[in-house]
Amino acid sequence: MTQLIPYIVLAPLAAFAINTFFGSRMKGQLAGWIATFAVFISFIITAGLFIQMMGRAPEERAIHYTMLDWIHVGRVQVNIAYLIDQLSIVFMLVITGVGTLIHLYSIAYMKGDRGFWRFFVYLNLFIVMMLQLVMADNYLWTFLGWEGVGLCSYLLIGFWYDENKNNDAAKKAFVVNRIGDFGFLVAMGAMLYQFGSLNYLDILGSGGNMVDGVRHAGMAMGLAAGAPILTIITLMLFLGCTGKSAQIPLYVWLPDAMAGPTPVSALIHAATMVTSGIFLVARSNILFALSPTTLGVVAAVGAVTAIFAASIGIFQNDIKKVLAYSTVSQLGYMFLALGVGAFTAGVFHVVTHAFFKACLFLGSGAVIHAMHHEQDMQKMGGLKKYLPITFWTFFFATLAIAGIPPFAGFFSKDEILWQAFSRGSVLLWLIGAIAALMTAFYMFRAVFLTFYGKPRFDEHHHTPHEVDWKMWLPLVVLAALSIVGGFLGMPSVFGAGNAIESWLEPIVGQGEHISLAMGTGAENTGLEWAMMAVSVAIALAGILIAVRIYERKRTLAADEAKLGGIYQLVHNKYYVDEIYNAGIVQPIYNISESFLWKIVDVRIIDGIINGFAHIAEIGSGSIRRIQTGIAQNYAVLIVVGLAIVVGWLVMF
Amino acid sequence: MAPLSHYLAVSAILFVIGTVGVLFRRNAIIIFMCVELMLNAVNLTLIAFAQFLGDQTGQILVFFVMTVAAAEAAVGLAIIIALFRNKQTVDVTKMNILKW
Repeated sequence: MTQLIPYIVLAPLAAFAINTFFGSRMKGQLAGWIATFAVFISFIITAGLFIQMMGRAPEERAIHYTMLDWIHVGRVQVNIAYLIDQLSIVFMLVITGVGTLIHLYSIAYMKGDRGFWRFFVYLNLFIVMMLQLVMADNYLWTFLGWEGVGLCSYLLIGFWYDENKNNDAAKKAFVVNRIGDFGFLVAMGAMLYQFGSLNYLDILGSGGNMVDGVRHAGMAMGLAAGAPILTIITLMLFLGCTGKSAQIPLYVWLPDAMAGPTPVSALIHAATMVTSGIFLVARSNILFALSPTTLGVVAAVGAVTAIFAASIGIFQNDIKKVLAYSTVSQLGYMFLALGVGAFTAGVFHVVTHAFFKACLFLGSGAVIHAMHHEQDMQKMGGLKKYLPITFWTFFFATLAIAGIPPFAGFFSKDEILWQAFSRGSVLLWLIGAIAALMTAFYMFRAVFLTFYGKPRFDEHHHTPHEVDWKMWLPLVVLAALSIVGGFLGMPSVFGAGNAIESWLEPIVGQGEHISLAMGTGAENTGLEWAMMAVSVAIALAGILIAVRIYERKRTLAADEAKLGGIYQLVHNKYYVDEIYNAGIVQPIYNISESFLWKIVDVRIIDGIINGFAHIAEIGSGSIRRIQTGIAQNYAVLIVVGLAIVVGWLVMF
Repeated sequence: MAPLSHYLAVSAILFVIGTVGVLFRRNAIIIFMCVELMLNAVNLTLIAFAQFLGDQTGQILVFFVMTVAAAEAAVGLAIIIALFRNKQTVDVTKMNILKW
């Protein structure tokens, strides 16, 4: 199985190449099938690897596969190599598994689009890059994947490039992500300075001994836990994560990224790419655990993002915008878990979130498809009878995200809330709980507005049809996973073992212990049942409120608007875009125009260049008069020169 | 027999006259004649040295110079005629378009 590892990457890469060169000449949906099949091959190999890994002892599961020497400068050696361990295989399974389903879905969704083959080219490239990100054995190669998925995200958000607003959204995503990438680069520089290496195994130690690696490196260089250099490294890494994983203050690109086709939103902007920040923190868990300051920042940012984005989701009318803010909010949960040192809980939520959020996005895509590209929920309603499969899958996924047992979201979200309470503080728990209430509320608002009530579109004009099998099959599979996925991480109080926790233990276990030992909170287990009951009650309360307002009373946007100022504030997303625009974008634009362009560029840079040209022009204008064109003058000069040389030789 | 220095002095005077003529006269034919003068000044030097050093190599070299000078005279006169046909003059200061 090990020798098949390169093919996990090469299969989608080959499909990418085939579709790039021949895609435009392919008939029908061939390009889509090639792309889907390639990702499916990756999934099969990954699954095989996973099964093989399960058969081994926990310490022997990690596979280190070196492909090529890449950079070898002084002491620093960076290889093109893959580190496949318990953490990366989880992400690889999600990427290739959910990726295959979304590719299949896209064949039907993108049918007839004139960029059909181009779409699959980008999608395959994305899969390749995302796999690099999680499989790499060093920060630099991860960074390459990091940039690659950013590029694919840009290309796919602006996929329908003939509309200017899509291009603007794509550029926004790219520029905002650059700010985060800057942090990643600084962190890598600091790591090179401190550890003299970028390899995970050097910095974090190997396998079960990861913590010893940092201790060795740290002690050799006189580093204590909480050393400033560790705080700088981790804070800068986290800045990168806030960009890629859409956290405050860099979350603003994700809602706009919904301009891309819906499968893109499901794959890139919900299930995989936006979770790479969580991957990075979980991968570097020991570094983070050794810097409590950073962990505090991570937890705070995560919690605030969770509640902030959830509240924006309440009054959005675009079905994809609701899901986008929901994604931002759920990512906030994951960072909250990481921030309190519960790395397993964060990764667990990545997995369950990938299932139910991909299902929700694909469901919304089916709705949008059936409604002929209408995304406004105020113009939907009553779709339940037209789209039964879509409705039921969407409904189950909604139950999962709302946190109703035994759906997947319940286990992961409850785990996060419990960890926030027991390892963090009551305040963090409270913020998370309120955000959970809002989540249940806005998701059911979306369900009721979309599927219940009287149709608010012209029913006789066009009748929405249920989508074909290529679209509903992924929906059904993902809905099924949303139902059962949670059993991977059953809380230990249930008696059964927590599968994902014991699986990830060799990677994140020691990080969790360190952060527990250094944090203020203590693991207390007495209240777990009670807390679980509370979080279920919270979810039910959110749902009941939504039922009362949107199911019984059939409230619409016009009624919501009666709330006045608060509605305006939330509906307009707290004017964050406007504040950024006025506070950052406009000043930069003004400085660029009035100072950088008109003074630095035109006067100084152009001035220097033009000045040199001017000097040369004036100088040569006078010197050129030597060239008279009369051969005798030249001869005189030759003779004079000869006389001087001969005179010189004779004299000395 | 006059000493070597006399021959060399005459040769040097002829060479300088020739050089100044080449550099400062305007008529192409006169310039051409001055070139011949310079060649003959050099010939005189060669002959003088050959005689005083008892080595005949210098005399042989003079034959070569004369041969080349004859060929050069033929080509040079042809060029001057061609120039005159184009510009109706042999004033070299008028032939100054090869510049800037």
